[in-house]
Amino acid sequence: MENIISIEHIARIYQVGLEEVHALADVSLKINRNDYVAIMGPSGSGKSTLMNIIGCLDTPSRGIYMFENENVSQMNDNQLAEIRNRKIGFVFQTFNLLPRSTALHNVELPLIYAGLPKSVRLERAYEALEKVGLADRVDHKPNELSGGQRQRVAIARALVTQPSIILADEPTGNLDSKTGNDIMALFEELHETGNTIILVTHEEEIAQHAQRIIRLRDGLIESNEIVKERTLVGNNE
Amino acid sequence: MNKKVSSLLFEIKEGLIISLRAIAANKGRSALTTLGIVIGIWAVVTMSTALKGIDIAFQNGVSSLGSDNLYIDKWAWFNPDTPWWELRNRRNISMDDYYRYKELAKLPIATAPSTFTRKTVKFRDNIVESMFITATTSDYIKTTNLDFSDGRFFTDMESKGGRNVIVLGSAIAEQLFPFGGAVGNYVDVGGRKMKVVGVLQKQGSWVMGDFNPDNQGYIPIEFLFKNFASRRKSITINVRAPNSQMVEAVKEEAIGVMRRVRGLTYNEKNDFSINQQEGILSQINKTVSVIQIGGFFITGLSLFVGAIGIMNIMFVSVKERTREIGIRKAIGAKKRTILGQFISEASIICLFGGLIGLVFAVITGMIINQWLPTSIQFDAVVLAILISLATGIISGFAPAYQASKLDPVDALRYE
Ligand SMILES: Nc1ncnc2c1ncn2[C@@H]1O[C@H](COP(=O)(O)OP(=O)(O)OP(=O)(O)O)[C@@H](O)[C@H]1O
Ligand SMILES: [Mg+2]
Repeated sequence: MENIISIEHIARIYQVGLEEVHALADVSLKINRNDYVAIMGPSGSGKSTLMNIIGCLDTPSRGIYMFENENVSQMNDNQLAEIRNRKIGFVFQTFNLLPRSTALHNVELPLIYAGLPKSVRLERAYEALEKVGLADRVDHKPNELSGGQRQRVAIARALVTQPSIILADEPTGNLDSKTGNDIMALFEELHETGNTIILVTHEEEIAQHAQRIIRLRDGLIESNEIVKERTLVGNNE
Repeated sequence: MNKKVSSLLFEIKEGLIISLRAIAANKGRSALTTLGIVIGIWAVVTMSTALKGIDIAFQNGVSSLGSDNLYIDKWAWFNPDTPWWELRNRRNISMDDYYRYKELAKLPIATAPSTFTRKTVKFRDNIVESMFITATTSDYIKTTNLDFSDGRFFTDMESKGGRNVIVLGSAIAEQLFPFGGAVGNYVDVGGRKMKVVGVLQKQGSWVMGDFNPDNQGYIPIEFLFKNFASRRKSITINVRAPNSQMVEAVKEEAIGVMRRVRGLTYNEKNDFSINQQEGILSQINKTVSVIQIGGFFITGLSLFVGAIGIMNIMFVSVKERTREIGIRKAIGAKKRTILGQFISEASIICLFGGLIGLVFAVITGMIINQWLPTSIQFDAVVLAILISLATGIISGFAPAYQASKLDPVDALRYE
């Protein structure tokens, strides 16, 4: 199995006044290509902090983070931006789409930053929107779409650069369970077509879709176990 | 094209497109933001247009009076070195002085005596109160570049005979004869009937006030002496040099000849002054530069206020769009990309403002054109565009820099 992410003894410490907050105290983990991992844990346990570091939005206070055999801990802002652009696809709980831009433009945006010509960009953005089932909504703005549809646009945006890994921080947190399930089916499909996915969630049922569950508590890994009986949405249908 | 350059051009192009989208998404605010720049650019272009007009008007006026002219006068017109009481005590310059000067001076191509008076002029119900009247001889026209729209100047005979004939400036003719047909009619000049023999072409330079030929009447000097003024009145001798290179020589000669005419001994000071258009020009230049300094001060101030306004609104915009910046960074926008986006947003907004200001300036220019011979200058347009771009870049920099420095995690969490 090809290793994508290797994290060794990283910590993330926030200075709040005189007090040090150890959002992550000492975390080590490895993610391989085509893994499907869920991260769980109580509120404040450091899930988002870990995701931000994995996604190169933030850097650890100490420890070593290797992404595809490159040392991220030593990269500058520009290099981090490039990694985020080319290798990482984010899906957020609150969708985080540009509110005044169409679905198509939202999906096209990472490709603009990647420096691709317009024709290629549009073709790939259409393709990504098609993949998430929104081929007929390309010209809609976020406020003209349902929550589930918005999250699909966000997923299309994450997919469009063909990243090494997709990071989803509570992607179903703002959706009802039916819509959440649809989104989970989409992730399952992405996983089956070879994508690597890390997903943060509060809900046990959602986590059961993953191959592996990492549980955090107080900035430490409490457990890291294979899921024995995965829920497969595709199989149920 | 090498790869670096083409990728830079790509970034600039895409950056501009992103900025245009963002501006279109925030139309109302963008429009409001431009107000200061609109005013600033309007002010700078309008001012340069007006100054150009003043300049052209002065040039026209001066050249219509003859730009290579000297005026021998009892008085020094500009910045006299001699105290005024001394000037006052000088002997008047008489018609005899003029005739002797005319006889002795070899260099001038034309000379004429002149003096001024004011009279109310009437034709039927149309009245011009205290019109400025130049009283002179038929030679006067040769010392100027004046042209006629109708009729002629008075003849040598009319001049010597002190006949009741008058030549009207264009503005006077318009007031007295709104429907034209001045030549041949008699007007009442201070109670005397005078026949209009000519109307001058419009000069269009209000700047010179009374001295503007448009606002004057011209009568034979002998008529003035017979009817309105004493023969002892001091006159001005108008002298025209053949060309501008000869002006100095004509002046030297005039000093020599006038000393002889006035019978001055070698140790007596000149009891006359030789005045030149240059005096007027330097006076004009002083006025223009005062207007210029004032104008640039106002322009600078409004652009400064405009720039502060833009900076302020860009700061607010960055604050409001913190989340957007976070999103852009999360999906791969680099610092310089964000910096470029906000700077080009500010620049485009300023450029729009500048163009709107330019449109207003063109309209104002058309209005000014009714009084001053002028039009918008091409270099003023280029300057306006450069100034608005520069204002955008300068005022956009600080907010853009702040945006580019935002931490993506904090920015994404911003409510
Ligand atoms: N910018 C910050 N400054 C100070 N403390 C922070 C900051 N960001 C996070 N923390 C702290 O770090 C800890 C972990 O936060 P994190 O957001 O990773 O939790 P989480 O597991 O994602 O929780 P939730 O399930 O509520 O989203 C919390 O105690 C939080 O207060
Ligand atoms: Mg969280």
